[in-house]
Amino acid sequence: MPKIKMPKGSPSIDMTPMVDLAFLLVTFFMLTASFRTAEPVTVETPSSISDKIIPENVIMVTLDRDGRAFFNLSNAEARKEMLNNMLGKYKVSLNEEQVEEFAFMSTFGCTMQELPAYMSTEAAKRASFPTKGIPTDSTRNELLDWISFAASAAANTGRTAFEEAKQKGGEPKMEDFKPKFILRVDSKTRYKDAAIVIDVFRELNLNNLNFVTSAEAIPVN
Amino acid sequence: MAEIAESGGGGGGKGKKRAKKGSTRVDMTPMVDLAFLLLTFFVLTSTFSKPKVMPLNYPAKIKDPTTVKAPKVNNAATFILADDKVYYYRGEFYPKSKPGPDGPTVLEEANFGSGENSVRKLLASWNEYVIVNKAILQQKLDKKQIADSTFTRLVDELTVDKEAVKVLIKTDDKALCKSFIDLVDELKIANVGVIAPTDLSPAEKDLLKEKN
Repeated sequence: MPKIKMPKGSPSIDMTPMVDLAFLLVTFFMLTASFRTAEPVTVETPSSISDKIIPENVIMVTLDRDGRAFFNLSNAEARKEMLNNMLGKYKVSLNEEQVEEFAFMSTFGCTMQELPAYMSTEAAKRASFPTKGIPTDSTRNELLDWISFAASAAANTGRTAFEEAKQKGGEPKMEDFKPKFILRVDSKTRYKDAAIVIDVFRELNLNNLNFVTSAEAIPVN
Repeated sequence: MAEIAESGGGGGGKGKKRAKKGSTRVDMTPMVDLAFLLLTFFVLTSTFSKPKVMPLNYPAKIKDPTTVKAPKVNNAATFILADDKVYYYRGEFYPKSKPGPDGPTVLEEANFGSGENSVRKLLASWNEYVIVNKAILQQKLDKKQIADSTFTRLVDELTVDKEAVKVLIKTDDKALCKSFIDLVDELKIANVGVIAPTDLSPAEKDLLKEKN
């Protein structure tokens, strides 16, 4: 019987298509990725059927399950203005570097006295910074000041952005550039604690609030 | 490894010297490794779904509550959220000391399921007028008999109609935000247009205490 001849060719596979595909995917993910920002609190939001996507220019108060309040303003320029107003009002000072860092930070939560110590803590360790959050009691309502300074600062930057968009052409709506007020609560936060923050907003005559929720399917019927 | 390096073509023992041909293939394995590493990194760190928001309008704060009388609301329903339960009553509140035409107000218990006594079923029956009329408008919209803007305007008008149910939400100290959001969500599913979160009155607090 003649021996079966094994083909001698090399066992190599052409990997070019695979590489093409891999890099295509890498490029796609790189361009579409929006990174998770480091948050000092983890909040499990309740779910709702709402499909409104979170707007751009936002002032957000986060409440964790113990009722501690945290604050965030999305616009870096407005953050600087707000911080300077707050530092002036409470006579607290930060150095240039810390102000710069603050402008590009996300959510934070501490009293004005704790702020210098909070800012000099390493970014990764801020989550475990011992604090009771931003004070909301009527005697020393720092949250009210944060919100009111943030609202005026964000309204200013919103207006300039609107003017710019107008000059570029097109018909921008002023409504889209106004700051929106967002409340992010944990499922297990007591409503009593949320009501305190809601009252702060209402005190400033900001009655149109938005709750952050995760998406849920709309029930049929 | 996926590719075995081949000895360069030609060359070797015949004495005649030839220029080495050298394989033109490049070993791509490290590149693939790198590409997949990056791919994995981006897949794991990127967030796709932006969080959603649920808008809710709160009533404006009244500076001097004594001067403003509570308006009479047609077709009102009140939900009371306690720690893990939901209670409701229809119409106005009548304390035991001053019973209404049907006697004093009794709190009924509801739940967030989808079966009997669920908030969803209750709201669907109370707000049938709005739901049915909205469906008719939706049909008209689908057939292009009315414009988009007209549709939204008519739906807005419908939800504040005399026949539409208006809901007050009152919360106990122990109520969780989850049940509040769940309730508002149910109200939005049932197309309730008027939602007012308010405070519990002392008489309602007493009634709630009796329930627990």
